[in-house]
Amino acid sequence: MIGKTSLFGPVNPARDAGYDDPPARKGFFTDTSICIGCKACEVACKEWNEVPDNGFDMLGMSYDNTGSLNANSWRHVAFVEQPARPTAPPVDLGMPTLLHDGVADDGQQTTVAGEDRPDFRWLMSSDVCKHCTHAACLDVCPTGSLFRTEFGTVVVQDDICNGCGYCVPACPYGVIERRERPEAAKNVGIAQKCTLCYDRLGAGMTPACAQACPTQSIQFGDVDELRERAKQRVEALQAGGVTDARLYGADPEDGVGGAGAFFLLLDEPEVYGLPPDPVVTTRDLPHMYQRAVVAAGALLLGAVLSFLERRS
Amino acid sequence: MVPEATFTSYSGLPVVKASPWKADIPAYMFFGGMAAGSSLLAAGGDLTGRPALRRAGRFTALIGLSATMATLVHDLGRPGRFLNMLRTAKLTSPMSVGTWILSTYGPIAGVAAAAELVDMLPERRVPALFRLVSAVGRPAGFVAALTAPPVAAYTAVLLSDTATPSWHEAYRELPFVFVGSAAAAAGGVGMLAVPPDQAGPARRMAVGGAVLELVAEQRMESSMGITAEPLHQGKAGRWMRASKALTITGALGSLLGGRSRPVAAVSGAALVAGSVCTRFGIFEAGQQSARDPKYTVVPQRERLDRGEPTRYRG
Ligand code: SF4
Repeated sequence: MIGKTSLFGPVNPARDAGYDDPPARKGFFTDTSICIGCKACEVACKEWNEVPDNGFDMLGMSYDNTGSLNANSWRHVAFVEQPARPTAPPVDLGMPTLLHDGVADDGQQTTVAGEDRPDFRWLMSSDVCKHCTHAACLDVCPTGSLFRTEFGTVVVQDDICNGCGYCVPACPYGVIERRERPEAAKNVGIAQKCTLCYDRLGAGMTPACAQACPTQSIQFGDVDELRERAKQRVEALQAGGVTDARLYGADPEDGVGGAGAFFLLLDEPEVYGLPPDPVVTTRDLPHMYQRAVVAAGALLLGAVLSFLERRS
Repeated sequence: MVPEATFTSYSGLPVVKASPWKADIPAYMFFGGMAAGSSLLAAGGDLTGRPALRRAGRFTALIGLSATMATLVHDLGRPGRFLNMLRTAKLTSPMSVGTWILSTYGPIAGVAAAAELVDMLPERRVPALFRLVSAVGRPAGFVAALTAPPVAAYTAVLLSDTATPSWHEAYRELPFVFVGSAAAAAGGVGMLAVPPDQAGPARRMAVGGAVLELVAEQRMESSMGITAEPLHQGKAGRWMRASKALTITGALGSLLGGRSRPVAAVSGAALVAGSVCTRFGIFEAGQQSARDPKYTVVPQRERLDRGEPTRYRG
């Protein structure tokens, strides 16, 4: 099942993995412009997937006490406090609106004149495993524990993983991690990450985080359709003067062949802790093997040369 | 001076995750390299009538091999599930490929070492099975030598096939650094264990390996851009400086005084130690590069600012 784009380039990952007639690829479109930082996604994920706590540390990073995606945090809401930027007149970000006396709030109430506007802006973004088209974690897994589901997502089989840890440095987004604590938790020593609620998908349900999100910042659906929706959304925001709006991970020709979970961001990716131009490491693997074969040959040759006598 | 790169990050937190690997992995790479080089020396010693070199090589290979297996298993989060590695063979996973390389090389090198042991038993008391082992010792030694070089080279791919900046960016030259380091270590052990009149090939292998390692490391650094920095900083920097000093000392010692037993022993030990330091240095540099968002963000941001985002082109 090895095609030209099996390591890099646009491909249907489920088909490439050998499913003959897979269902539509599933994913997330996380629209950070309407995230309110409520962390309902983090909680819902923990509850549904029985993800243990990661210690209760106060990190002193705005409202973020989760810190990062890791073995025990499969959704992570990042909070960025920034100095306000000179912007075009405020636009309606499409947040759910309140009703006053039966009349929809047109947003004017919060659109206060210049001096009343806060001098900083919030960026909030719920991060998650990208379910890469070309997933380095899956590629490097030596046991086959990480596998591609029929939905095109990437899932760890807990009962097969032997905890070699190779997927951890392989992921270009720093998502997957070996669970080290709490000591008595299940699956300690095993790689853990978001499954895109594989069990719920199988039952035709929406993943827990998307289900719990009160603003539809996290949207779940068919990747093709979500990409279309994301395109329209970013165009609408741009047209409304939010020139910072951009899509991240939605391009099937990018370094990971497009993410199954992609984002609309309001600043550069690295501001949110995302790599600005990630590449699946296995893109370069054929070249790496080539170099290693030449090096191995050099060692063999060197050994032979070491035994050639210069008889005097 | 290159100006200090400025970049943005999320509260200075890492973007990629450092591997959860500990000292096991660099030790594993060292022992694997030493074993591989030793199998080559043993086969050559066998072919050219140097029994002491053959014996030392086979035993060193066995020791290295056992240590690689021990460190490999110990490093797992679930050591009891080691055998899950053998339930599949995956070309996209250098760890899978490496496990199979080791599973091919290991038993054969083991038989060669066992034959050596049998041959040391007093003649009349050897049971039939042992005699069989002794008989296949020679071919086993040759096959071990042929399967050995991949053992020394693949560990470079193992590190490079990650998003760890200082490992990935090193992928062009790292295999050469590692086989050089393997040859230096194996040659070093040979010089330590074998009388100088039979250790000529070990000396030459040691010096050749040391030179290859030093030259390849230099080229590697110049091709790595900003991700070469961690090789000079902190723990990694100390390992790498020690590695260089030991490797140069050992190589010079073998060149100039390798025929004297004490000089050979000291030089050999320096080369072995140098190889250990190289593995730990490269390993640590990668870990450090993963913990600092700079090494992930800056090269990627520079690509974007040059207008060259990574894109698939047919
Ligand atoms: S984001 Fe990381 S963990 Fe998720 S599929 Fe991609 S490589 Fe794997």
